[in-house]
Amino acid sequence: MSVFKLKVNNEIKEVNVAPDTPVLWVLRDHLQLYGAKYGCGIGQCGACTVLVDGVGTRSCMLPVSAAEGRDITTIEGLAEGDKLHPVQEAWLEHDVSQCGYCQSGQIMTAVGLLSKNPQPTDEEIEAAMNGHICRCGTYVRIRKAVKTASQKL
Amino acid sequence: MEDIIKTNYNRRSFLKVSAAAGGGLMLGFNWLAGCVPAAKEKTSVAIPDEWYDINAFLKIGNNGVVTIFSPNPEIGQNVKTAMPMIVAEELDVDWSQVVVEQAPLDAAKYRRQVAGGSQSIRQGWQSLRMAGATARRMLMEAAAQKWQVPVEELTTQAGSVIHETSGRQAGYGELADLAATLEVPAEVALKDPKDFSIIGHSTKNVDGPKIVRGEPLYGLDYYEEGMLTAMIIHPPAFGIRPGKVDDSAARNMPGIKDIFVINSKPASAPDQWQKTFAFPEMVAIVGDSTWQVMQAKRAVRVEWERVSPGISTSDYRNDLTALLEVEPAKPARLDGNPEQAFARAAKVVESSYSAPYLAHNTLEPMNFFARVTPDKAELIGPVQTPERLWKTTAEVLDMPLEKVSVQMTRQGGGFGRRLYGHFGVEAAVIAQRTGKPIKLIYSREDDMTYGTYRPAYKVKYRAALDANNRLIGFHVRGAGTHGSPVFANRFPAGAVDNYLAENHNLDSNISTGAWRAPRSNFIAGAEQAFLDEVAEAAGQDPVAFRLTLFERAINNPVGSDNDYDAQRYAGVIRLVAEKAGWGKETPGVYRGFAAYYCHNSYVAEIVDVVMKNAQPQVQKVWCAIDCGIVVNPDAARNQVEGGIVDGIGHAMFSAMTFIEGEPLQKNFDTYRMIRMKEAPREIEVFFVDNGIDPTGLGEPALPPVQGALANALYRATGRRYYHQPFMMPNSELGMALS
Ligand code: FES
Ligand code: FES
Repeated sequence: MSVFKLKVNNEIKEVNVAPDTPVLWVLRDHLQLYGAKYGCGIGQCGACTVLVDGVGTRSCMLPVSAAEGRDITTIEGLAEGDKLHPVQEAWLEHDVSQCGYCQSGQIMTAVGLLSKNPQPTDEEIEAAMNGHICRCGTYVRIRKAVKTASQKL
Repeated sequence: MEDIIKTNYNRRSFLKVSAAAGGGLMLGFNWLAGCVPAAKEKTSVAIPDEWYDINAFLKIGNNGVVTIFSPNPEIGQNVKTAMPMIVAEELDVDWSQVVVEQAPLDAAKYRRQVAGGSQSIRQGWQSLRMAGATARRMLMEAAAQKWQVPVEELTTQAGSVIHETSGRQAGYGELADLAATLEVPAEVALKDPKDFSIIGHSTKNVDGPKIVRGEPLYGLDYYEEGMLTAMIIHPPAFGIRPGKVDDSAARNMPGIKDIFVINSKPASAPDQWQKTFAFPEMVAIVGDSTWQVMQAKRAVRVEWERVSPGISTSDYRNDLTALLEVEPAKPARLDGNPEQAFARAAKVVESSYSAPYLAHNTLEPMNFFARVTPDKAELIGPVQTPERLWKTTAEVLDMPLEKVSVQMTRQGGGFGRRLYGHFGVEAAVIAQRTGKPIKLIYSREDDMTYGTYRPAYKVKYRAALDANNRLIGFHVRGAGTHGSPVFANRFPAGAVDNYLAENHNLDSNISTGAWRAPRSNFIAGAEQAFLDEVAEAAGQDPVAFRLTLFERAINNPVGSDNDYDAQRYAGVIRLVAEKAGWGKETPGVYRGFAAYYCHNSYVAEIVDVVMKNAQPQVQKVWCAIDCGIVVNPDAARNQVEGGIVDGIGHAMFSAMTFIEGEPLQKNFDTYRMIRMKEAPREIEVFFVDNGIDPTGLGEPALPPVQGALANALYRATGRRYYHQPFMMPNSELGMALS
């Protein structure tokens, strides 16, 4: 066990965990931030996605030891108070969620994509979102919501 | 015109309801308040000072805010929005004044708190409407008393009672205290569906804002101070049990509190769960945090003992094939003389279809929270059958029912997997033994390899055509690893003079259960692909061919116990054909058609496939569905879209396979799920507007799309797709997939 200082949603947090602990479990078990979800633990489903230095990253694959000194944004850090991020707004506009479990990961990847590429083509949207599994099959709406968000940005 | 309907509620049942549900207690059900800092709990309506319980489904605040309790488990089918919409409609309240809460399990207050069989809305329809209508009536009677006017002179509008003649008006909040003391009316007037202002109007998911903010809603997110994490090691294969357990290395790892073997199978497992306690004995590991427990799990050494045969995929595939050559002792249905019909046929078409075991793979793996003390057991988590979990837990813990409670969280998918709440029982057993509150978490691997799988199926069809290409004989023989997939009385039964349906069952120790649209999820695709072949052999258009059969079923049906309404069936077929412009050819677009009836609803679908880099890609799906009144149209479209994507994905890519009882697919690297690139670009949904009471919606869109897809693939590639998953070489299915 060692102490790690993490910058999460612009706050410095200290946790005392094993160095190989994935950021996903640090967020959920130690910081009580439940927005990043556990779906597979092997980087296949995208449910655990957070932004690390602005880039969509699978937090189940990122050991805490490699996350120190980097800027972590979770879905809890997207909105500014009552003001939702345009991607969150677009998700509500299209009422994308069914069970909703995959959606926070999908939203974080979309935010990461649009921050680098505000006007993605269909192919670019697909390439970015293809790492996610939505078991409920909301892909048609996710595609629309990403487009709507890109218009809002 | 108003329908007068008997309420089925009597004074006593409501009195009981009110007594059991004091305002304070009701508020206490919002368990999330315990783990979400108060500042984050933002509601768009003001919290009233005082709540008045009107009935089990709703309470009204003194400021007019209405809390509606959604009785059924929310697994993504959106009943948590739709069920309260129905109550609000009859109550006549503005939706913006409604707060929705998940009702706790209470078998005395609510009927059928189950998510399964696409029945929540269908079976809840009358009681939800009555709950709203009786409450409205009680508010009107309260106003009549206050104002000393006849109740017949009163009307309601958006949360107010109005006396037009005197110009008086009072909000529900002002009347609720008096209304809560009144008799529940024995009869109540329901609205004419023409006057609906909430039902039939798209309303956003009530949990949507919390979902996009990543708030803790799901079982896996449940947290309370002092809670420990538990995980299990279940046998890695069907047919084995744990023998000697060596936990010496794991025990001393950081954060590990205890390791022990549990047996959570009740002596009287309900029938439905009998086979799903596939692994009654397993190793439990309890510790401080998930990662620590995951590490310790790997360090436990278990010697496994064989108790029944280890079955491989090649075994049951061969057995199913062999069974289809055997004539069963008695048919499931026999009309006319099929043998003669086949003997005099000008043409006989014969084909076999098969599909593998499938895992449910809800994206939120199985989990449950439990706290068990000598005088109470509290369970919180995602389950589709909370009542059954409640009773089974009481039995296994040997506690009286009153001391056991189950509360439902939002659920990260169900698809049938959470009908089998053994994981809740396991959590309770672990908590009892540990003496501390625990949250049991299945890893993805635990989840995928602990099946209540969709069974493996195989079916053989034969059709006899006469010299005029009329269908004169039809024979279906089906077999599955948990019963036959054939529904003997569904179409084309009733439309063919000589008809024979036969069933076989293949026993297996690989556990199976309900998986979204059980049996239909295979047989619809097979049947609809076969009918496409038959239409082709008859030289007829596939849509026209089916409509001819339905004409027969409408005008002169064969037999009397046909499951379906041929008019409504033909209705969706005509609708989708018209909307999609069936018959007009677009170069490079290959079309397939299918229709099916299940869960009391009728669906017809057209799939458009294009070839992209020599790979088939579903471009668009057209769907017409007759499911009666649609409560929440946009959310209903979402369900249909999901069913279509789900059906296409599993038919194309997914399979569970086994070697000596061991599931070879353990996570999403080897179990292939459909992703965005493979999903249809566009889905268009058309609802039949017929004013009939609502029927199933969560399941019926899935089954036929597999047939429409197979038929479109045939036109795109020139070959028929008989064996799922279509995109996996059939030969691979029986082999290890690395
Ligand atoms: S949980 Fe990280 S990718 Fe699935
Ligand atoms: S909405 Fe359920 S997994 Fe995506």
